[in-house]
Amino acid sequence: MNPRIALVLKLAALVGLIVFPSFGSSFYTEMVAKMLILGIFAMSLDLLVGFTGLVSLGHAAYFGIAAYTVALLTPKYDPANFWIALPAAVLAAAAAAFVIGLFVLRTKGIYFIMVTLAFAQMVYFIFHDTALGGGSDGIYVNFKPDATIAGWQPFNLDEPLQLYYFVVAALVAVFVFLTLVLRSPFGKVLVGIRSNEHRMQSLGYATFRYKLAAFTLAGGLAGVAGFLYAVLFGFVTPEYLSWHQSGNVLMMVILGGMGNLAGAVIGAFAFIGLQEMFADWTKHWQLLMGGVIVAAVLFMPGGLSALPGRVLKKLNQESKHG
Amino acid sequence: MDFTIFLIQILNSLQYGLLLFLVASGLTLVFGIMGIINLAHGSFYMIGAYLAFALTSLTGNLMLAIVLGLPLAFIFGALLEWLLFAHLYKRDHLEQVLLTYGLILIFEELRSLAIGDDVHGVNIPALFSASIPLSDTLSYPVYRLLISAVCIALAVGLWWLMQRTRLGMMIRAGSHDRDMVQALGIDINLLYRTVFALGVALAALAGMLAAPISSVYPGMGGSVLIISFVIVVIGGIGSVWGALIAALLIGFADTFGKVLVPEFAGLAVYLVMAIVLLWRPEGILKKG
Repeated sequence: MNPRIALVLKLAALVGLIVFPSFGSSFYTEMVAKMLILGIFAMSLDLLVGFTGLVSLGHAAYFGIAAYTVALLTPKYDPANFWIALPAAVLAAAAAAFVIGLFVLRTKGIYFIMVTLAFAQMVYFIFHDTALGGGSDGIYVNFKPDATIAGWQPFNLDEPLQLYYFVVAALVAVFVFLTLVLRSPFGKVLVGIRSNEHRMQSLGYATFRYKLAAFTLAGGLAGVAGFLYAVLFGFVTPEYLSWHQSGNVLMMVILGGMGNLAGAVIGAFAFIGLQEMFADWTKHWQLLMGGVIVAAVLFMPGGLSALPGRVLKKLNQESKHG
Repeated sequence: MDFTIFLIQILNSLQYGLLLFLVASGLTLVFGIMGIINLAHGSFYMIGAYLAFALTSLTGNLMLAIVLGLPLAFIFGALLEWLLFAHLYKRDHLEQVLLTYGLILIFEELRSLAIGDDVHGVNIPALFSASIPLSDTLSYPVYRLLISAVCIALAVGLWWLMQRTRLGMMIRAGSHDRDMVQALGIDINLLYRTVFALGVALAALAGMLAAPISSVYPGMGGSVLIISFVIVVIGGIGSVWGALIAALLIGFADTFGKVLVPEFAGLAVYLVMAIVLLWRPEGILKKG
């Protein structure tokens, strides 16, 4: 797509997100906030899957670790300090990604997929089996983090509308940040690793370090999403780090078309939209979801964001033949 | 720990490890030969267990249920390969992950629609329901010994099949060079279908054998899948012998983990994996 048209479309989408709460009910505003948070989560995974060529099936671990960090930092009868809770959650997620990355990045291909899944499951069991975070029952975040500094409160996350705009701002910030990262020499190396790691090594790049940096960064950004998710719903359970969550976010990336940051967000919207629609119809909505996933893999290579291009190409071909 | 209890734990570890081997061997074969990562493999275990439950309620006997269920599982595997997996060989691993992930959701919901979400028990056949007394208070159930025996017999059978039969030779050749095997006039598609169906049948058999011990419950496939992945990773992808060693290792780690450090029992398995990964990132027995 023409970059200028793409930019106009992105800005139009942003305007749409900004004016949305004036039209949608609070129920839909919360749902869109959820989609945006999962959009951040999907973008962080896209950095690995789409740009570096690392298919991680354990990305929910970092999302969940950040969510648990907020929950554990929030006292029972007081809000946590926002300026401590957010960095702590992101750092905890990034630190976990760094340590796990040291292990999993020793492997490649299918091994990598299985090992990331296994390590995420290990983190799941830490929270599920021990009393650390309330065990399998989960833990409440009774108060949303308070952003007051020296008596001045720049924003109040207790206000649903302010929380919504905070999420929109976070999405834009992560999007811009990742775009800049991918334009930087570091980002070019990551894309180089995806297309041919041996060549990058021959060129003298220590690819392991680059992959570890990408893995840590992706973990930290997943942490941003995990933080926001815990704040939005005020509740954290081991399900946040379950492998279903990892599978779902991978599906969002693919649905949107990997290697495309905006696509990851579109994928998150499409996935949650479908989920809500199917859940409205039937209690057995996962059957329909599974069907969509299978059909998407079989019939739609390249994801949703590649769809307009594919349709145009097809039309072009037909007009040439005709 | 007193000796009798120790002995019981050893037997339990063996039995659990051998059962996991049945599931993991199919996974590692399908991966090693066809290059497919199959997340739905745990579902075959779950389907086996539910088949055992349904057919036992129908026929009144688990043995009969297994005799009826095994061919069903084999046919189901062959159909699934023909309908879906045959389209996946040339796709990348990511798409295989997604399609098989979608399949898990479908299988779980179909199970929920057909049988519901309750936990069910399956009776041990009367013939094997006895226990062998080990001391005044402790005894060991015959059925668990039977499971170990069946698994050992199958492991030997699998070795014989792979190393001593013409089919095994074709399978091993097929894992090295698909095109060459095809050029020699062997129907590689049929070969793949057979291997896949065999893997499904093995996983389903593990589920059927385990049904009386673990009972039958929703989500039972997921945990087995992840443990099987750990086994395949430890053992070396594509190596059946690696899978056997790794499965026993995991059986012991998990059983003794539960006895010695119950609080962190869930982690023992993953610690073993982390150590093996540091020592040998490609598994204990990496296949060329």
